Amino acid sequence: MSGMFVHNLRLGAASLRRNVLLTALMIMSIGFGVAASMVTFAVFRAVSGDPIPQKSSRLFVPLIDNRGPQYNRHGEPPSALNYTDAMALMRAHKAVKQTMLFPVGLSVMPDDPQRMPFKAVGYATYSDFFSMFDVPFLYGGAWDNGQDESREAVIVISRALNQKLFGGANSVGRQITLDDRQFRIVGVTDTWDPKPRFFDIFDGNLYADPSQIYIPFTYAVGQRIDTYGSNNCGSDGKRGDSWDSWLSGECVWISPWVQLEDAAQVQAYRQFLDGYAREQRDAGRFNWAPNNRLRDVREWLDFQHAVPPESRISLSLALGFLVICLVNTIGLLLAKFMRRAPEIGVRRALGASRADIYRQFLAEAAMVGLAGGALGLVLTAVGMLGLGMVFEPQIARLAHLDLSLVLLTLLVAIGATVFAAFYPTWRAAQVQPAWQLKSN
Amino acid sequence: MQIKPILSALRRHKAGTFLIAMQIALTLAIVCNALFIIHQRIAHLSEPTGIDEPNIFVIKSEWVGHPDSARVDAMIREDLQVLRQVAGVQNVTPSNSYPLRGSGWDDSVKLKPDQLQDSSGATIYFADQNFIDTLGLKLIAGRNFRADEIGHMDMRYRLAPPVVIVTKALVQKLFPGEDAVGKTIYLIGGPGTIVGVVDLLQAQSVERWASDFAYRSVIIPERLNISLGSFYIVRAQPGQLDSAMHAAVKALFAQNPRRVINDDDGVLSFSDVRSRAYESDRGMAILMGVISVVLLAVTAAGIVGLTSFWVGQRRKQIGVRRALGATRRDILRYFMTENLLISSGGALFGVLLAIAMNLWMVTRFEMHRLSLTYLVIGAVMLLLLGQGAVLAPALRASRVPPVEATRSV
Repeated sequence: MSGMFVHNLRLGAASLRRNVLLTALMIMSIGFGVAASMVTFAVFRAVSGDPIPQKSSRLFVPLIDNRGPQYNRHGEPPSALNYTDAMALMRAHKAVKQTMLFPVGLSVMPDDPQRMPFKAVGYATYSDFFSMFDVPFLYGGAWDNGQDESREAVIVISRALNQKLFGGANSVGRQITLDDRQFRIVGVTDTWDPKPRFFDIFDGNLYADPSQIYIPFTYAVGQRIDTYGSNNCGSDGKRGDSWDSWLSGECVWISPWVQLEDAAQVQAYRQFLDGYAREQRDAGRFNWAPNNRLRDVREWLDFQHAVPPESRISLSLALGFLVICLVNTIGLLLAKFMRRAPEIGVRRALGASRADIYRQFLAEAAMVGLAGGALGLVLTAVGMLGLGMVFEPQIARLAHLDLSLVLLTLLVAIGATVFAAFYPTWRAAQVQPAWQLKSN
Repeated sequence: MQIKPILSALRRHKAGTFLIAMQIALTLAIVCNALFIIHQRIAHLSEPTGIDEPNIFVIKSEWVGHPDSARVDAMIREDLQVLRQVAGVQNVTPSNSYPLRGSGWDDSVKLKPDQLQDSSGATIYFADQNFIDTLGLKLIAGRNFRADEIGHMDMRYRLAPPVVIVTKALVQKLFPGEDAVGKTIYLIGGPGTIVGVVDLLQAQSVERWASDFAYRSVIIPERLNISLGSFYIVRAQPGQLDSAMHAAVKALFAQNPRRVINDDDGVLSFSDVRSRAYESDRGMAILMGVISVVLLAVTAAGIVGLTSFWVGQRRKQIGVRRALGATRRDILRYFMTENLLISSGGALFGVLLAIAMNLWMVTRFEMHRLSLTYLVIGAVMLLLLGQGAVLAPALRASRVPPVEATRSV
């Protein structure tokens, strides 16, 4: 049986060399179709993946409507919290873990006066951030809850920044100066850059460069360090006109995250949020019914349309493209197989069964698929190089040709071709031995 | 030309006929939609900013340390002084943003202080008296800001400038058909009187969410003092953009080294700004173009392949027809007509498919409705493609000699 299979493959390979034009057209058709789908799929895979699969169902964004039906957009609460609500959630401490965060951009002043200051961008957050998001550490670790409380000037830096400033040495315990403020390094993260950056969609940092620094939220606010990201203020005018009145105002700029372990905890947290909103209404701050949201990572990515529409559109079009190439292949295979009707007739007359014909022609199609897949691989590689022209570089960088994509390319090419070959093969197997012999 | 014999011949090749028709239909559907996307993206990225793009560059200077508002204002004024003296610099203005930057300050505009709903959204550009000249804007009514009207404000201070300049697009929304100069609009912090109207000034973002107020901008006579940093928009003398860009950065560091001007986006010529802003639109247009071309080629190849096969199969019949007096032209016309029939059927189905596909994209991706022109252009294109692809095999068929009728195969 396996000897027969190899023989069929050999026949297939030999047949490829006949009808060079038809064969070449088929291989090109499959190659282009597969390559177009694979390239766009690689991008889609890169942008639509789960950035934190092990925890995405346990991390939630709690949102509170502080605008009310008059000013909110389409009934949805704003996509971040103001300082008042953020602090209330932190104080209540109703989740297993909780953190608030906002982007900060601070100027690093190298000790060497010859080197120019440069910006280091990262987040002001709470100590739970690191354990909630499974941030890996190279040296040291996160600061602790006590240091959050005491607003300590501590900092966690990234591996890349540690490399730049300390040549990669263990810098835990050393001092670093950012915008004339001294920070003590408590930890160095290992390479960590989840994409899309689900925890900071509010500031449009889905595909931003990796963050380099993390400092305590409490310290940043105490030092009046401004957000390096967005502020979103409603049209109701309650914004404040100084640092203090702004903190108590209704502009939102803080991304909240909580960790909840099971459905019961989620339910309890929802009740807590609604209770909080009712308290605010009773206190006269809100004059509307509680309108809160609690979404996990995937729901949040969906709601925020984290997958760029370009990627979805091109994936759908590329799939359509593959279908056309397959229709084309069916037609060409039909032509190729039916051209050999006399040969089939002879083989059938000499005792070959229909099953034999099936096996032979499907094997031949597999060979065409393999060749098409090989061409498709080359075209996919070329396409990956050209991705930067089509998608934003931050997104294009994410897509890469790895072993799984190579295998998938070959598999799709062969699978699709064999699938396309079913009808032409069936037609070939219908050839009547006698009829063909007669006409010869 | 009789169509009947062709149709009856096609009935013997149901599969091949169906496959070619399907391929034409699918290709038509995708190419129509692709062309439509290309056209939309190109239309989007050719929207004008209203400014003198070839001669403008932008510097983003971020302060080191944490200077207070008064200090920031002093440093900005020193920087402006320095930039003004750089060789090749024609004019300079400080601002919080610029068209195509992609972020900045958007806010609501109202006509009455107690109004609940906004009258319009608008991009807020902070500026001084040199803003209009630096950007090359066209003042079409009223006047520019006077130097003594230019104030400065902290990021969180109330936005309530006594005077503002607005764009024509905002006037058309707020005061259609009226003279807006002298009228009052209410920004978030209070009223401002319109003293001037400029013709065209695009909003800071060209994303879809900002399309509501694409050209509605309000120019505020204040320097916005943010401790993080600010933008200097510089207009170079014609032809001196590159040298002025280099010299400007050097001069700024010489004046005050306590700043960060990023290597990759600290100084951008406006053409860089433009290409960054439209990266995904341009990319999408290129992708659609490539897909369409390859698709048309694949379809043409399929038609050539199948028709060649048919011709090969029918050599004997062709020979018989030739022997019975059919001319070469008759044979040629036969295959051309056959293809035209198949393609027309395919195109008809393809038009329906294209509309369906477009409707699906309208609901999924908030796309616009496909216009009839694209369907017509697409259908004609595919009919021509079919005729072109069938030409070579049909010519080969027409050269089959009548003697072929006597051969046994």
